[in-house]
Amino acid sequence: MSTEKLHNEKLSVFTARNVSKVYQMGEVEVHALRNVDLDLFEGELSVILGASGSGKSTLLNILGGLDTPTNGTVRYRDRLLHDAELTRFRREHVGFVFQFYNLIPSLTACENVQLVTDVSINPMNATEALKMVGLQERVDHFPAQLSGGEQQRVAIARAIAKRPDVLLCDEPTGALDFKTGVLVLKVLERVNRELGTTTAVITHNSSIADMADRVIRMRSGQIMEISYNGVKALPEELEW
Amino acid sequence: MTTLNRKLLRDVLHLRGQLIAAALVVMCGVASFVTMRSAYDSLLTTQQTYYNEYRFADVFATLKRAPEGLVEEIRRIEGIASARTRVVVGVTLDVPGLDEPATGLILSMPERRQPVLNDIFIREGRYFEPGRNNELLISEAFATANNLDVGARIGAVINGAWEEFTVVGIALSPEYVYEIGSAAMLPDNRRFGILWANRETLAPAFDMQGAFNDIGLTLAHGADEAEVIAQLDEFLKPYGGIGAIGRKDQTSHVFLTSELDQLRTTGTVIPVIFLGVAAFLLHLVLSRLVRTQRDQIAVLKAFGYSDTSVGLHYLGMAMTAVIVGGLLGILLGMWAGSAITEVYTQFYRFPLIRYVAGAGSLSVALLISGGSALIGALSAVRAAVKLPPAEAMRPEAPARFKPGLLERLGFQRFLSTSSRMILRSLERNPFKALLSTFGIALSVAILIIGRYSADAIDVLINFQFEGAQREDATLVFTNPRPSQTRYDLLTLPGVLYAEPFRIVPASLLFAHREKRVGVSGVEPGGELRRIMDMEGAIHEVPISGLMITRQLGEALGAGPGDTLQMEVLEGSRPVKQVVIHRYIDEFLGLNAYMDVKELWKLLGEGGSISGAYLKVDRKMEDVFNQTLKKTPAVSGAMFRRAALDSFNETVAQSQNISRVVMIFFACVIAVGVLYNSARISLSERGRELASLRVLGFRKGEVAFYLLGEQAVLTLMALPLGYGLGWLMLLGLVKGFESDLFRFPLVLSAKTIAFASLVIIAAAIFSALLVRRRIFHLDLIKVLKTRE
Repeated sequence: MSTEKLHNEKLSVFTARNVSKVYQMGEVEVHALRNVDLDLFEGELSVILGASGSGKSTLLNILGGLDTPTNGTVRYRDRLLHDAELTRFRREHVGFVFQFYNLIPSLTACENVQLVTDVSINPMNATEALKMVGLQERVDHFPAQLSGGEQQRVAIARAIAKRPDVLLCDEPTGALDFKTGVLVLKVLERVNRELGTTTAVITHNSSIADMADRVIRMRSGQIMEISYNGVKALPEELEW
Repeated sequence: MTTLNRKLLRDVLHLRGQLIAAALVVMCGVASFVTMRSAYDSLLTTQQTYYNEYRFADVFATLKRAPEGLVEEIRRIEGIASARTRVVVGVTLDVPGLDEPATGLILSMPERRQPVLNDIFIREGRYFEPGRNNELLISEAFATANNLDVGARIGAVINGAWEEFTVVGIALSPEYVYEIGSAAMLPDNRRFGILWANRETLAPAFDMQGAFNDIGLTLAHGADEAEVIAQLDEFLKPYGGIGAIGRKDQTSHVFLTSELDQLRTTGTVIPVIFLGVAAFLLHLVLSRLVRTQRDQIAVLKAFGYSDTSVGLHYLGMAMTAVIVGGLLGILLGMWAGSAITEVYTQFYRFPLIRYVAGAGSLSVALLISGGSALIGALSAVRAAVKLPPAEAMRPEAPARFKPGLLERLGFQRFLSTSSRMILRSLERNPFKALLSTFGIALSVAILIIGRYSADAIDVLINFQFEGAQREDATLVFTNPRPSQTRYDLLTLPGVLYAEPFRIVPASLLFAHREKRVGVSGVEPGGELRRIMDMEGAIHEVPISGLMITRQLGEALGAGPGDTLQMEVLEGSRPVKQVVIHRYIDEFLGLNAYMDVKELWKLLGEGGSISGAYLKVDRKMEDVFNQTLKKTPAVSGAMFRRAALDSFNETVAQSQNISRVVMIFFACVIAVGVLYNSARISLSERGRELASLRVLGFRKGEVAFYLLGEQAVLTLMALPLGYGLGWLMLLGLVKGFESDLFRFPLVLSAKTIAFASLVIIAAAIFSALLVRRRIFHLDLIKVLKTRE
């Protein structure tokens, strides 16, 4: 109870109200989200947990301004997210990490980071960002010359280089083996701790939930349960 | 350089094969535009400067003989700025090194050099020396064709006596940029030449002292040409004037102008086709790129790159191909343009060619190629821009396949699995298949156009020199002679048969329209010269009335049954009413025919002939030629075989050059389209092909699957290309049509076979390029990448 109260006193970064999303996949209509209400708080590391198809990616995409809801509203701090402003919103405030890294194959690690720092207002140095994820030795490598874990760390460096207000990670360890996965989670934990970046990680791996401040469980496009971890586990303590 | 630009650079390098193919097509388009446009600009500028600097006249008139004093009265006609009289005579020439006699037109020049109308430019040698007899300046075309230098000696029959002249200079005149005999269909610079002589020595020899038989005028600014011509004709009528003409009817000018018009037509049509194909290729490359880079577009957008910058990024790719192709095209076009302009100087003689590749034309070239890239890139770039980032993250929904038409009709039993895959993939995206087919069909069409000139020349030559014109030689008399002369002709050595003709200059009037033509009086049942229509049917002259070419009828606005007023422009100049009996469709010009007896009746003369067509015994040719060289009454002689040879040497050769260029361009397009569409299929289906390989398909079978699709596209494109080619020919033939000639609409089996073979070869070539890639497909890597 006390922890819940503590969290409620924190500033809400995202406020989603009554959000629904329906989209057309070929000939099928998919209800990805049904009337979801959710807040993400400043400085918090939250994990959105759910099986594949539970709607967690859709929710994250809508929060990050990659997609727009069919119904409902999303506020970022005091501002309502508008279609017209999504690009600027993403450019100024959000960092993304994707399951399949989505690096540009024709650019080196450093250049992939620079791609983002080029259009940011107050970015960190690309090499600095790569150093933060432990890749200072591999700046000039192309994605094809990097392992999966290294590629994902480049992706994280790319996401944090612009000093985003929020970091949204979609299955960041989904394509990685256990050891590399832990390495990536350590980087995320460090960014959250050292830079204070509000971080949301979506995953189907319930073990990862132990490192979160708050765990949001989803199923069939709805939030089933929100719980708080009194004590967060360190990434290296996780097992799966 | 921003990181996005670095990505652009690397992507461009990665896609170099396809972009080079597109760039080459752009290059061809721009090059063809710059080539023809700059040749056009150059010739036009050269023509205008030449006309100005050497005072090309505005109005020309010839007559029998008028006293020099008349010119003072003529000058008083309102609207005339200046006038110059001349003595002009047609002569038979004996040219060293030439077996047959040549025909020459000697124009008088003042004894002392002074600026005059229709002036000459002296390329080599000098002007006449006052007081010296028998000096000649000869035209450059004639000199070159006969290898005559300054100092050469030429024999001529002057007023019945054989005399020898010395060539003192080689000259050119704006009046004879294109040098062609009055009755000739093709230029024959060996056997027809323009010569200039000192008037003081020429006039007495032809009994023209203090007289003239030719006059040139320039008009004052704002003068009414038609009015001036009408008044001039009144003045000259009593002196045997055959009617003045304006510059627009002057032979050399007409040829040059129609050449320029043709150049402008082809200079528009061909580049449009090329740039259309280039736009299409860029469309193919970019749409594919946008499809395969969906996730990259998503990332860019996720990190806040705006739609504009993403759009510009992909547009940049197209622009790279266009800029590279455009610049290469400009260079190539300028080179080819000056080369082609050079080729033109073989037929059109100018003192100095000013090659101009105007900044205007060049920027238009860049603009239209940039425009074509924009059009080509537009839909792909729009797709990239419109792609919502979240959707871009998801893999594309699997393409919907269904049984193809053939299968639905129950033919699947006869199709192998790979054939079925080929058909389904074609039917799945019929629009793309259609576009590719269309692109290949365009190159088939360009090949057809490229070979068209050969077909057309074959038809014309065959038509003219085998069908219509079957004589060995044509003689034209200095003055009409009594019809009995035909029997005298038979006494010339070697002459087996003579067929006389009568041609009178006449003005035909219908309502307010007037056309000046030579009306041919023809003997029915002629063997040597026959009137043939475009279909090759032989027509007899009607017993009464005129038979005129459709072009002439349309120019007059008169049809069969209408009555024309015919004013004969020689002799007693009778004016008569004649009925148009019927039309005839001919390739050449504005012609009118009537029965020779009708014509005699109309002229009120007992029977006279202007010349004759002859059949000559080959063994006696030498003697015949020698005799002819010294026969005074003959002002011109044309030899069929010689005309044909000279045509093959010059015109046909220059046609070869443009044919080779067109074929090269068409190959570039064909390979560009085929290679690109195969590469795109390969990249879209790499995974599918690798899966087949993993399942145990052999390399050849996998290649069959991919290349089979290309083969189907190519085979579908061939008939479409024939149709397109035919349509373009139709447009081209229409565009080329002029008063002088019409081109036959022909598409020979030879051309179809040729176009098909070239396209199939291009298809095999690009298949080989792509097959190498299929054989080196990295199975593991392809399967490992996510869908």
